[in-house]
Amino acid sequence: MLLDDLPVLPVILPLVAAPVCLLLPNNRLAGSFATLVAWIALVLSAMLLHTVAVVGPVEYALGGWASPLGIIYRVDLAGAIVMTLVALMASVTFPYAIESAREEIVPSQTSAFFAMFLIVFAGLMGVVATGDAFNVFVFLEISSLSTYTLVAMGAKRDRRALTAAFTYLVLGTIGATFFVIGLGLLYQVTGTLNMIDLHDRLAGVDNKVVRAGYAFILTGLGLKLAMFPLHRWLPAAYTYAPSPVTAFLASTSTKVAIYAMLRFLFTVFGFNFGFIDVAFTFFLILGLIGMFYASLIAIFREDVKMILAYSSVAQIGYMLLGISFATVDGVAAALVHVVNHAVMKTTLFLAVGAVFYALGSHRLSAYRGLGKRMPVTTAVFLIGGLSLIGVPLTGGFISKWVLVAAAFNSVLAVPSLVIVLMIVASSLLAVAYIGRIAWTMLLEEPVGRQPKPVPMMMVVPMVLMAALTIYLGIDAATLVSLCRQAAETLLSTGLGFGGTS
Amino acid sequence: MAGLFQLLPLETAVVVSMAAPLVAFFVVALLDRSPNLREAASITAGLVTFYCAVTIFIGVGDGARPEIDIVEMLPGLSLKLAVEPLGALFGLIASGLWVVNTCYSIGYMRGHHEGGQTRFYMAFCVAISAALGIAYAGNLLTFFLFYEALTLSTFPLVTHERDEAARAGGRVYLGILMGTSIGLLLPAVVWVYGLTGTTDFALGGILGQVSANMPLVFSIIVCLFAWGTAKAALMPFHPWLPNAMVAPTPVSAFLHAVAVVKAGVFGVLKISIYTLGAVELSQSAAADIITYVAAASILIASAIAMTQDNLKARLAYSTVSQLSYVTLGAMIASRYGILGGGAQIAAHALGKMTLFMCAGAIAVAHHKKYISEMRGLGRVMPYTFTAYIIGACSIIGLPPFAGTWPKFLLMLGSIETGDAILVGVLILSSLMNIVYLLTPAVRAFMDPVPGNQAAEIKEAPAFCLFPPWFTAIGCLVLFFYMGDIIRYLEPLVEGL
Repeated sequence: MLLDDLPVLPVILPLVAAPVCLLLPNNRLAGSFATLVAWIALVLSAMLLHTVAVVGPVEYALGGWASPLGIIYRVDLAGAIVMTLVALMASVTFPYAIESAREEIVPSQTSAFFAMFLIVFAGLMGVVATGDAFNVFVFLEISSLSTYTLVAMGAKRDRRALTAAFTYLVLGTIGATFFVIGLGLLYQVTGTLNMIDLHDRLAGVDNKVVRAGYAFILTGLGLKLAMFPLHRWLPAAYTYAPSPVTAFLASTSTKVAIYAMLRFLFTVFGFNFGFIDVAFTFFLILGLIGMFYASLIAIFREDVKMILAYSSVAQIGYMLLGISFATVDGVAAALVHVVNHAVMKTTLFLAVGAVFYALGSHRLSAYRGLGKRMPVTTAVFLIGGLSLIGVPLTGGFISKWVLVAAAFNSVLAVPSLVIVLMIVASSLLAVAYIGRIAWTMLLEEPVGRQPKPVPMMMVVPMVLMAALTIYLGIDAATLVSLCRQAAETLLSTGLGFGGTS
Repeated sequence: MAGLFQLLPLETAVVVSMAAPLVAFFVVALLDRSPNLREAASITAGLVTFYCAVTIFIGVGDGARPEIDIVEMLPGLSLKLAVEPLGALFGLIASGLWVVNTCYSIGYMRGHHEGGQTRFYMAFCVAISAALGIAYAGNLLTFFLFYEALTLSTFPLVTHERDEAARAGGRVYLGILMGTSIGLLLPAVVWVYGLTGTTDFALGGILGQVSANMPLVFSIIVCLFAWGTAKAALMPFHPWLPNAMVAPTPVSAFLHAVAVVKAGVFGVLKISIYTLGAVELSQSAAADIITYVAAASILIASAIAMTQDNLKARLAYSTVSQLSYVTLGAMIASRYGILGGGAQIAAHALGKMTLFMCAGAIAVAHHKKYISEMRGLGRVMPYTFTAYIIGACSIIGLPPFAGTWPKFLLMLGSIETGDAILVGVLILSSLMNIVYLLTPAVRAFMDPVPGNQAAEIKEAPAFCLFPPWFTAIGCLVLFFYMGDIIRYLEPLVEGL
């Protein structure tokens, strides 16, 4: 019984838990409850991943209503990987948030904070699990709306969180509107919202309405995943949101949007759709520019969180680049980087949050001599930073290696050597901005007051994430072969649902 | 005697040789409060490592090729060690001179009242382990990893003084070494993998197909490797080396005359033979370009060395010049070119280390760094300056010192390839060496002691005096045993 409901349980559980969490008192209880929910969801997602890896894609008809009337949940390997990733990040950031939120959130909002956190979590899981295009929109908005709230809660420490949240709200809503307009156009042509039916009915159809729908959907999702030049909301939102929120968002929300993009590109439209190449050309160019431009800006920022936020925009460029190859290798590389980047960015943002807890600042000047005063946090930060640069024995290296290998094996508009050189140049920029922070941490003399000791509840999650960063750099074969399989399912059959059509 | 070095299986010896310094790293950290025990730990680790390196050296000489797979991250992408003669030789030199240098460090660091000595010895431990990793690396990726580890672990040593000058020097050091390795070396590694599907070292190279079908790609890869291995200080990526001279002298003596720079030229030589392929290289246009860049480096660096008044800076530029000999040999890629390059790695290590240790001894005993201050000092420190002259003669290439042979072999190699200009460059360089290396010593002995005081002998402490003499005698001994080393390296040039 449990096994049959696997695709839907990790979505429903946090959604149901959120209102319960709101009723809990404003103390550690709310956070502990949310953590428990996240852990159960993680176990369920892991079981789901196992099932999908062994027996193939699983389906679930909501309320027993079969398609085309009801909403169908379908999870294939790519989905299961992303769901497990999101659940893992929630399991790590929620316990961390228990202590960290006491510093960064108005105490009377604690239970609301965790309720919102659970809703974001549920929304992100839902986007991945669902097989219904409109349902994707619904869950995207569930997660987005609660994200705006979470970002705004950073206002306790910095009022700029409010403008950041507002900017995000405006741009995010524009993105959602574009997305839903696109869906509307597709619905007008096909009369269905189920992804597989959409795929079937769109086969061979190529008119202006479909093309417009395609463009609207991709632009909307591009905004959600902060594709350059639609990334304007991201740096401020990441910088001023409370630390655990940033850690969770950076590792999940853009990644889920990437996943949704993959779904629409390959499952809904597929290679039969003549216009699909336009997206690849755009991704290639915008990805490359984004990698470069955002890294360059990161070098000149004085706020460590801002530096990492711009670095996220750059890293999204890598994923888009992988997708733009439109090969199994390329999409697999994008998925590998989705996982690796999520792990390394969480590591970094958790470390930054620990510094904020101890010293109350994100400014680079606060990081002076941190190596002596907070050795564990510094070590964690450096491991994440090395992975971001792509040093061997970290996950980031595997990502870049797989991506470059995919570039060499693809026939592209731009010579693959140019792409490789761009990746290298972008890594060098990462050396510059991470090196600047590392230099400050290790080689400058400490100034100012002594840092407050960081509680174990915050240290353990970030050490775990740092360990995972290294583990993914050593035992990469499992992840890479999983992602390859997932990419094959996505691409080879044209649609990721095991070819049930 | 030989039985003493057959106790360990070779694979175990490889692991122990790299693990011993890392164990010492922690022991040194724990013994922060008792300096004598701390230094004893360093020396013990050095001896263990050296013992293992000798074991490996002998084993490899007998034809064994120990291999260890550390971890396979992806199919075709793994970390592994595989020892061959050139690596065994480099490992032997690095670990042997580490022991000598540790003894010298004790005298220097205490005589000079340096702070942060525990950190100093800890960083040294990591550096030597990384250097051995480079020596024994079995593929390009492993080589790259340890290459970066060596850069990072030597950085605290370069900035040891922690003042503004040290920081500025450190910035250049890290900037150039990391920039070139990530910007040039790593793309080359990835490209080789993209073309061949492997990064393993194999005698004769793995790019034969590429060289035949895509000469331009091959040329670019050659250039990426030659400049990307910036520890070899090929111009214009040499400024890190003079900038590294802000470090305490033992660091300059060991790392910037032996471990780091030799890791660079060792890398160039090894990649030339085991990745690019000597035959392919000798036919490549890019190799000609790099040969002339190396020749230019030799002369320009020598010319700059003449203008330096700071003794360590002069030695640093001399090192830039001498390293290009190896690059030159690798790029000629003939039988004598490669053997000459290998011999130069050994001979230059001993000679230049002697010179640096003498410079350090002068600084410890008399706090003098500038050559203009050293007039007449030879009468006060006759033993130090005699060792200096031996080292200098070896670098110049005068018999009966070790430095004679590499120059001889490289000249043979140049003649073999019919390049008369290179012979001229080598001869001119030796003449320049005489001017800038011997003048300070001659002035120290011939000029009167400043202030016309009676010369009273005041040498550096014994720990600073014996190590340079040890390496100076090594220069003499190696002159007679160079034939053995060349025979040892013979498998590298089979069929050339």
